Amino acid sequence: MNATEISVAYIPLVDAAPLIVASELGFDREEGLSLNLVRAASWSSVRDMLVFGRVEAAQLLSPVPVAMALGLGGVAVPISALMVMSVNGNVIGVSNDLGQKLGPHGFQTARDAGEALVGVLKDKLRIGVPFPFSMHAELLYYWLSASGLPAPQSVDIRTVPPPLMADALEAGEIDAFCVGEPWGTKTVERGIGQLILPGSAIWSFAPEKVLAVRTDWADAETDLTARLMRTIWRACRWLGQGGVATTAAELLAQRQYLNLPAEIIDRALTGRLVISPTGETRHYPGFLEFYDGAATFPWRSQAAWVAGQMASRLGLDRAGAIDKARHVFRSDLYRRHLADIGALMPGASEKLEGGISLNTAVASQSGRLILAQNQFFDGRIFDPSQN
Amino acid sequence: MAAPLKILIVEPDRDKALLMVDSLQEAGTYDISLISEMSGLSRRVSERDPDMVIIDITNPSRDMIEELTLATGPLERPVAMLVDQSDDSLTKAAIEAGVSAYVVDDVRPERIRPVIQAAITRFNMFRRMRDELAETKRALEERKVLDRAKGVLMKARGLSEDEAYGLLRKTAMDSGKKITEVAAALVTAADLLS
Repeated sequence: MNATEISVAYIPLVDAAPLIVASELGFDREEGLSLNLVRAASWSSVRDMLVFGRVEAAQLLSPVPVAMALGLGGVAVPISALMVMSVNGNVIGVSNDLGQKLGPHGFQTARDAGEALVGVLKDKLRIGVPFPFSMHAELLYYWLSASGLPAPQSVDIRTVPPPLMADALEAGEIDAFCVGEPWGTKTVERGIGQLILPGSAIWSFAPEKVLAVRTDWADAETDLTARLMRTIWRACRWLGQGGVATTAAELLAQRQYLNLPAEIIDRALTGRLVISPTGETRHYPGFLEFYDGAATFPWRSQAAWVAGQMASRLGLDRAGAIDKARHVFRSDLYRRHLADIGALMPGASEKLEGGISLNTAVASQSGRLILAQNQFFDGRIFDPSQN
Repeated sequence: MAAPLKILIVEPDRDKALLMVDSLQEAGTYDISLISEMSGLSRRVSERDPDMVIIDITNPSRDMIEELTLATGPLERPVAMLVDQSDDSLTKAAIEAGVSAYVVDDVRPERIRPVIQAAITRFNMFRRMRDELAETKRALEERKVLDRAKGVLMKARGLSEDEAYGLLRKTAMDSGKKITEVAAALVTAADLLS
């Protein structure tokens, strides 16, 4: 039988690992698929390729399909987030100049870092993020406003393509950044900046990238959708088992993918980051998750949280936005297509975001499902049913 | 008569940008300007206040323009991707050719169409030139490898150039490989042994 080719657009980042692993280790061929990975230079291109049918599926920033459902941004075509492909994985860094004012490298908590920032700030804080609709931007807005920096008066969060982030920092166009790996590490390697916090210090379980398809495609191609989801789910499970970081780093490092030294990629996969040009390291447990803690499940409450944040910031009707966003994260398709292959299914499709202080076993339809710690740094809890 | 459409081309390669300007000017009367510096792009774009922005889809800085789709101030003009305004097939052709265009909300589609068509034609020409260049480079590389492989055989086995070529071709046919693959393998092996 000939494998059916499915084109998937992605950006060469460490968290594209599930796609690269699925293709390199043959999880696609197990399902009679052949993934054709299409590398893109910008998130808007990834989105356009998906919308206009140049590719069948894409890695997207989790807030992008939500923004599209709210009619924000360039195009509005119904997109389905079939599953979450990665949780966390971003870093927040500052210029050496700002880093010096903040004092000793690295912070234990987002609260400490936020207070320190507020303490040293004189002018507007300019922060680069990869895209206007990104978890990077959402985490920053959440963190800074809870730390007493009212956006937009004292914060300017602007889009800087990750490959240009170090340049922008060096040229003094931004003071800080929030970006996915390897770009934070690259800034440190070039001696231009230092890392002060992992994204997980703000929200310990933030859905970062999703596997997305056009909703009409998911409806029309039920079988291909199921096979694609199983392929990527198995790749995520493979990545989630211990002891594969070195292998995964080698796979990702290849020229046609990230084209970087494997050692740099390994840092993000193991959560052991070099945080300053002088070589200090930190270990951040749970820095980037692909599988543990039901990471792949597309919780409707995650989409609702993102929509609520966006709506508040942009002056949209909050309840309406949350309602529209919920259905973008397709927990229904996840249940339908992945139950047979042993994916653990939580009893509910919404949960209290920020409401789990320790890893917790919960009711699931089969087997033992452990939900990972899920907390916001300020202890707030988002209840999707109250919104 | 309405004022000419204000078109902004974002392109770091100056030569390419000027060719774009020529193409568009052949298509109609427009007020065209260029940005070739990518830092602070969204600010630069909004300062020019164009009706339309054209940027190569492979330019990573494109994401900066997405910011402009969120018009946050009351005087800002919201920008949209071409899609909402024009027919789907034209947009698809644009994406295929690598053109991404952002258009201010109140511009009528029929004013945009000739611009997009000219941009698509020009981008396709860029792509053909790029493909041809890559093809020429590849042919040149293959030729070099073949010449070196022939040289190795002539020296090691005392063959004439024609005989060396014949041997390479026979070996390739027998092993079901391309002659350039056999030649490359031989050159690599010879390098290892020398």
